Amino acid sequence: MKIDTIEGRGIPLRGDEIDTDRIIPARFLLCVTFDDLGKDVFRDERFTPQGEMKSHPFNEGRYQGASILVVNRNFGCGSSREHAPQALYRWGIRALVGVSFADIFAGNCAAIGLPAVTAEAPAVEALQGLLEQDPSIPLTLDLQTTNLRFTLKGGEVQRIPVTLSAAQKQRFTSGTWDSMVTLLDNLSAIEARAKKIPYIQGFIP
Amino acid sequence: MGKTLLQKVWDLHKVATLPSGEDQLFIGLHLIHEVTSPQAFSMVRERGLSVFRPDRTFATVDHIVPTDSHRRPLQDPLAEEMLQALEKNTRDFGITFLDWESGKQGIVHVVGPELGLTQPGMTIVCGDSHTSTHGALGAVAFGIGTSQIRDVLATQTLALTKPKVRQILFTGQPSRGIYAKDYILALIAQLGVNGGIGYAYEYSGSAIESLDMEGRLTLCNMTIEGGARCGYVNPDGVTVEYLRGRPYAPRGGAFEKAREFWLSMASDADAVYDDQKEIDVSHLEPMVTWGINPGQGMGVGQTLPQPEDLGSGGQTARQAYEHMGLRGGEKILGTKIDVAFIGSCTNGRLSDLREAAEVVRGRRVASHVRALVVPGSQQVKAAAEAEGLDRVFTEAGFQWRDAGCSLCLAMNPDRLRGRELSASSSNRNFIGRQGSALGRTMLMSPAMVAAAAVSGQIADVREFLR
Repeated sequence: MKIDTIEGRGIPLRGDEIDTDRIIPARFLLCVTFDDLGKDVFRDERFTPQGEMKSHPFNEGRYQGASILVVNRNFGCGSSREHAPQALYRWGIRALVGVSFADIFAGNCAAIGLPAVTAEAPAVEALQGLLEQDPSIPLTLDLQTTNLRFTLKGGEVQRIPVTLSAAQKQRFTSGTWDSMVTLLDNLSAIEARAKKIPYIQGFIP
Repeated sequence: MGKTLLQKVWDLHKVATLPSGEDQLFIGLHLIHEVTSPQAFSMVRERGLSVFRPDRTFATVDHIVPTDSHRRPLQDPLAEEMLQALEKNTRDFGITFLDWESGKQGIVHVVGPELGLTQPGMTIVCGDSHTSTHGALGAVAFGIGTSQIRDVLATQTLALTKPKVRQILFTGQPSRGIYAKDYILALIAQLGVNGGIGYAYEYSGSAIESLDMEGRLTLCNMTIEGGARCGYVNPDGVTVEYLRGRPYAPRGGAFEKAREFWLSMASDADAVYDDQKEIDVSHLEPMVTWGINPGQGMGVGQTLPQPEDLGSGGQTARQAYEHMGLRGGEKILGTKIDVAFIGSCTNGRLSDLREAAEVVRGRRVASHVRALVVPGSQQVKAAAEAEGLDRVFTEAGFQWRDAGCSLCLAMNPDRLRGRELSASSSNRNFIGRQGSALGRTMLMSPAMVAAAAVSGQIADVREFLR
């Protein structure tokens, strides 16, 4: 499946260094499928230990149905759990725009067809402010032209330049983001390579 | 122009350039555990595939295991289900499972090196961010997600973009009471938790050359906390001697051949780096974290920074102080603790337990403190017991547990309760990390945890070593 544009409403989540333990606390990793993770995304940020709802964008009625998550610096740092992007995806997120993403998290997003693109900090913060004022603005993330565009109430069209690696752009827009298919194409080359690696061959004296 | 170890390992393992421009890299060693692998096996089955090289994958169980009883079924039915899934998956696909019966079970990043599975020049992956640990032996090792575990199971390869390499020079020699844990906490405090994004870290310099293998493992373990996915130390005499005689290390003539290969993989003297940083360890104090990410740390004798002095880190510092109940300008020394935890893939090895025992010997855990020692593996536990460390700890009032991840991440019965404050030898102080959304964590070396346990408060371990 090609992923070249993502259209939807935005949800702003402010804060640097939001780690994957916060995105999905470890106790929800006691599972053998990813299916039920969506409802527990940001669980401890959204609810007190007694189950009372806290103030959090994911709890707000006005952001329900939003699909583009707007975050700040080093989002997704910490644990490598793919459960984090899986939980976001199952909640309804289809793309992330942020100042920066942790390496493992970004790779996990790409692997499940969830683009995580970066933009300059002032543009991200302005967009978060705008979405806090008006959550109804339809956003279009265009991976071909690498920008996020939207139309303001007065009719003015705004474009925020976004960045994603050339590799990710190619994989999303050509529909080959599921890496396994591509890797399986090279089975004979894999076997040939293994024969040249001394430790795979057992260091025969 | 010379090559870095990363470049040499990359060249040796490269299968192909993919249409995306990424490289397809052969993975020499794949380690799996119960938490991140079951979905990957399901994906492999759903596509009608099998495991391509079951001889290159090894499994153990660590995150979910209770550290007080191995009785089956495990008390938590979800944990039991995960363990059964791992048993079935390893059985169905012919993968070695280092379980309790083998006597080799333990935290995956403790087990790999101690069995000699981890070797220089390898590519090593595991569905766990602390896979960077294995770089201590001169491997290129990094954490992956579940979809990538699927890729490795099905093809023994991954699609990857080569990271840049930053050389971190640790110069000088440390004073007594300063450990590898302090080196890495100081580095992360200096470069920030996002400073390493896009980089692999090569640790070198006089302080690294004189560091033993277990110290190097601690150092590389927390590389990911600084944002770099992988960190390594060039293989040298310490590496070769560490591997000699380990169960999965080559033997006899093959060992000599391996030795040559291992040493040849070290970065060349004229290798070129994308960036370099230097830290003089002679000036380090024992480090303690005061916040909610591992970069929020300082020397134990310092006063807590004012958020307004921290620039872009000010907002996170305010949030940290609110969570921790601390204030800028205060001392961290003397902060009362509730829990002391010695263990984890960062500091659950024999030398860590020895360093902590040296502080604990002849002293008592403060009466209000719950203190646990959790060896990193069954073998670490046995070795510690053989030299009587268990009795040093239990006589002082510590609980002496079985191997597992335990209180580091709260996927098992060991957890903080309420707002408890934990002095912890683990690697993450994230909000909620140790099992209570209100719980508080201060990261430090195992010897510093021991000093805090017997003092009942954050203390300077150097006072105990005189």
